[in-house]
Amino acid sequence: MTLELRGVSKEVAGQIWLHPTDLALAAGSMNVLLGPTSSGKTTLMRLMAGLDQPGTGRILWQGQDVTGRRVQDRRVAMVYQQFINYPSMTVYDNIASPLRLQRIARAEIDSRVRRTAEMMRLTPLLHRRPLELSGGQQQRTALARALVKGAGLVLLDEPLANLDYKLREELRAEIPRIFEASGAIFVYATTEPEEALLLGGHVATLWEGRVTQFGPTPQVYRAPCDAVTARVFSDPPMNFKAIRVTGGEAELDGARWSVDVGDGRYTAGFRAPHLTLEQGRRALPLKARLDATEITGAETYLHLLHGQDRWVGLVPGVRKLPAGAPLTVWLDSAHVYLFDEAGRLARPAPSSRAA
Amino acid sequence: MASRGSAVVMTLYLLFLLVPIYWLVNMSLKTNAEITGTFSLYPLNPTLNNYRVILTDSSWYMGYVNSLIYVVMNTALSLAVALPAAYAFSRYRFLGDKHLFFWLLTNRMAPPAVFALPFFQLYSAVGLFDTHIAVALAHCLFNVPLAVWILEGFMSGVPREIDETAYIDGYSFPRFFVRIFMPLIASGIGVAAFFCFMFSWVELLLSRTLTSVNAKPIAATMTRTVSASGLDWGVLAAAGVLTILPGALVIWFVRNYIAKGFALGRV
Repeated sequence: MTLELRGVSKEVAGQIWLHPTDLALAAGSMNVLLGPTSSGKTTLMRLMAGLDQPGTGRILWQGQDVTGRRVQDRRVAMVYQQFINYPSMTVYDNIASPLRLQRIARAEIDSRVRRTAEMMRLTPLLHRRPLELSGGQQQRTALARALVKGAGLVLLDEPLANLDYKLREELRAEIPRIFEASGAIFVYATTEPEEALLLGGHVATLWEGRVTQFGPTPQVYRAPCDAVTARVFSDPPMNFKAIRVTGGEAELDGARWSVDVGDGRYTAGFRAPHLTLEQGRRALPLKARLDATEITGAETYLHLLHGQDRWVGLVPGVRKLPAGAPLTVWLDSAHVYLFDEAGRLARPAPSSRAA
Repeated sequence: MASRGSAVVMTLYLLFLLVPIYWLVNMSLKTNAEITGTFSLYPLNPTLNNYRVILTDSSWYMGYVNSLIYVVMNTALSLAVALPAAYAFSRYRFLGDKHLFFWLLTNRMAPPAVFALPFFQLYSAVGLFDTHIAVALAHCLFNVPLAVWILEGFMSGVPREIDETAYIDGYSFPRFFVRIFMPLIASGIGVAAFFCFMFSWVELLLSRTLTSVNAKPIAATMTRTVSASGLDWGVLAAAGVLTILPGALVIWFVRNYIAKGFALGRV
């Protein structure tokens, strides 16, 4: 079971929501669509489901062209960010409804509903109505309904975004287990890089209606193909600084380190946790000004101004530092990515190659 | 003191609100002689004779039957037409949808009298004069737009994702509409039915113009009750009481949703 998109695009009222996109999802794979709000994740997902028709391109399911086929005949399942269930039916009837439409024998329906409910921990709630349940339980019901029919393609559109922190962690830990058990292609949209890394599998990063990169998640994280992908796949966003390379050496704030790229202008990029307040090995001193600090329990976010650029640093421990004062932060050159003038990756961070 | 104050207000409220209705019931239980001869706050010789007249004389009770027939026909017709229309207005974007939706209400901007003449001529020409369906159809002109507005409000309160989830689950459109969607807007359907029922039940001019004998509504019967022996006050009052009853019954069923209905479902 594979899903293939060939040159699929979508335009609504003269605005391009999705640029022509090629994407091939392998059988039984977990695929994360990662991108900020209105980057095209939902558009892409609705096209995969068949809820919308693409402006151009074909959609192939197991090699068969299914473009323009009715949603009812697509054998897909979808879970939305909002908790969508049928309020007038009990949880049991909600889960059973897709099976009843397939005219499956009553005993078979019952055993499948109970098995799925058991997996989603809904067994004690089967006779309640969805609106009597908590948000997490409602979303479990929606997930159960999506899984029970054994669809080959399961689309999850930010399924955890409306849940509170605790329920979110709990349900997120279960999703890989559910995925393993189903054997279906999963497509999971999220705005959070951390969620993509936890789910693993493959990731497609999206930015303004374009898939910027598609590949195994850790690989995309370690070697993003361009600056946009790196920005999408870093939280807080990656810090950038325009630099110049001469004679095989890059220069930033007077500090120099050798790089294996040709001379010219580049953009250096590095992630927030790689800025430190203590001098480490091979560390470059950067003279910035501290704009503000945010303390989140055991960590401190540093909001820095470096010339015209805004950076974010993440350092362990609670640091009380005077805002507005000059501050020297240290950056290990092994964590620096170089992007060329077109934004493409010229040199991945040496540390990411080691990993 | 506060509770006594509110009791006073409540008493005054009930007094002003219920006096006309009380007086109607009071009259309906009196004889004509007592109504015209003496002033009494309650029937001195209570009698159900007036009601007996109505329920046994076919020229009276057929008025109720005729009214109920065309009111029920009209309510069913209006809902059957308005449900799909409201769904289209709530879910799809098409050329001129907003204008169409607004101009639906033009038919409610004119009094029924405006349409009495064209309807009379039209229905006479096609042989529908003095039939129940004629009145039911005529009232649709007023009720369908209102029902569409009310139902559209209720439907727009249902997230579109429910429709899509149902299609993904494999529901066909008709099946989804009846099994999933209609239960979700049941209160809206109830309120829309109530408004159709009430308009059709109290509307007099069109129903009287379009009927003569076979489909004559109760309100028309009541206005033609002057007999050779003068006005039959008691029977007329009893007819009035019986005319209020269906409305009261229908209101009772939708009492919790009426406010939302007056706001066209947009609360």
